[in-house]
Amino acid sequence: MLRSRLFLLAPLLIFLALAYLIPFLGVMRWSVTLPEPGLGQYKTALTDPLVLSVIWRTVRICALVTVLAVAMAYMITLLWVRGGPVMRLFVELCILIPFWISVLTRAFGWLALLSNRGIINTWGQDLGLLAEPLTLVRNEFGVVLGMVHFLIPFAVFPLASAMRAVDERVLLAARGMGASRARVFWQVFVPMTKTGIFGALLLVFVFALGFFVTPALLGGGRSVLVAELIWLRIFQSPDWGLGAAISVIMMVAIGLLLMLTMKYAKGPGR
Amino acid sequence: MITLKPGLLATILAALVAVFLLMPLIAVVPVSFTPGRNLSMAGDEWSLRHYRALIENPAWGQGVWLSIRIGLVASLFSTALATAFALGIWMLQPRFAGIYMGIAMLPMVAPPVVSALTLYFFLTSLSQWNGVIGYDTFFGVALAHSVMVAPFAVVLITVALSQVDRRIDLAARSMGAGLMTRVFRIIMPNIRFGLIAALFLSFVLSWEEIGVTLFITSVNAVTLPRLMWMGLRDNIDPAIAAISVVLIAIVVAVVLIKTVMQLRQGQQR
Repeated sequence: MLRSRLFLLAPLLIFLALAYLIPFLGVMRWSVTLPEPGLGQYKTALTDPLVLSVIWRTVRICALVTVLAVAMAYMITLLWVRGGPVMRLFVELCILIPFWISVLTRAFGWLALLSNRGIINTWGQDLGLLAEPLTLVRNEFGVVLGMVHFLIPFAVFPLASAMRAVDERVLLAARGMGASRARVFWQVFVPMTKTGIFGALLLVFVFALGFFVTPALLGGGRSVLVAELIWLRIFQSPDWGLGAAISVIMMVAIGLLLMLTMKYAKGPGR
Repeated sequence: MITLKPGLLATILAALVAVFLLMPLIAVVPVSFTPGRNLSMAGDEWSLRHYRALIENPAWGQGVWLSIRIGLVASLFSTALATAFALGIWMLQPRFAGIYMGIAMLPMVAPPVVSALTLYFFLTSLSQWNGVIGYDTFFGVALAHSVMVAPFAVVLITVALSQVDRRIDLAARSMGAGLMTRVFRIIMPNIRFGLIAALFLSFVLSWEEIGVTLFITSVNAVTLPRLMWMGLRDNIDPAIAAISVVLIAIVVAVVLIKTVMQLRQGQQR
């Protein structure tokens, strides 16, 4: 019995231990040994104005992106779950097609739309609406749009399962008691999907924090987020110790965030 | 039965979100037909030169072929490990199942950039020992992708297993079936759709993986996403628009075929 247990569970666990857990310890070692032994890099990461400004920008942009993505996902999920059959099919395609398309293609789509010679600026100038091209990308605006676009489908799934669980009769009862449609929505439906909203917010925020490709492409080096900063410190202006220290801090922060929410989800909130 | 349908305002808002979701995908099309060398709109003149470049420049074909091979190795390897693991948890229900599951989920919940740095450390360390599995090699990338996609395979197979009736396994066991018979003759056939889904998802995730790939490759193991990244980062190569149109067309076709098949099945029932 013992042998079979090892035989089934062990391969994946050993593989992840060798390829992930032990290397992560190596990254931790980098963070306290490069360039010199000590906690200097952690001190730099938490006091250096440049690093702090990147962390602050990351939290700010991720919070904005999270709220926007979940709000927009809520709108489209509402139709997906509660619309008529044709509508439902159409919405499903609108969610699934972007979901399966790679992050690079989607970021490129935004470049095609927003860059100086992209669709909006070309048409705007041709039609005489714009005197000169608007700077829509390679800045925070582009980063936010691209990230929201990427994250909406991920917010849809927890929202959809919460909305499907809503008991239709409760809504009808509220209607029957004379509540307006708007009131049924805001005071009955939305509170009943609270766990889904919360789950979607958390999922999207955690995803957004570790985001690298979209901000790097659409931010054009001007609005660097934490993930891109790590990349820069490893490959562009090498300071491996600092890159490793920021990675460890990020891992701990996300771990704490997840633990807190698990505690909350198990607690009296449910 | 849904009786309270979303009203006009809700429908309009959802339609706006739908437009937002599809807009950048549609925007790629006119750019791909531009006659120019830089990112610009195809005006009066349309040209297929960027599509021709996809065929004529061997780098694209090589990138696609490398990505397919890496995807196959990574999806088969990670699904095999994930299947054994999920079966182990399901059949034996070990005492520390939660901890084992937590370790298996780690690459999925950790920020991708931290995983990327970790795998960079892993592969550069391996490179000091050998030239086959390491930084910027085929097997190195395949191993790193396996790490990243394994948690997704575990999730899909665990979900599939949760729908299997334990009693059929108990029946097989009480009639004297050994572990191998139970696994391959009893349980695996019952989770075949989960297995296919796990293989498919892990292949797709490896096929489009870029965050980790950027950290662990430079000039030798250039996968398709890596090649696209190089054409996107500084000067935008319109060939990216052409390859994007091709990739979008594939996804749209697959999603449409799947939807039509589901609708047909629904009608038959």
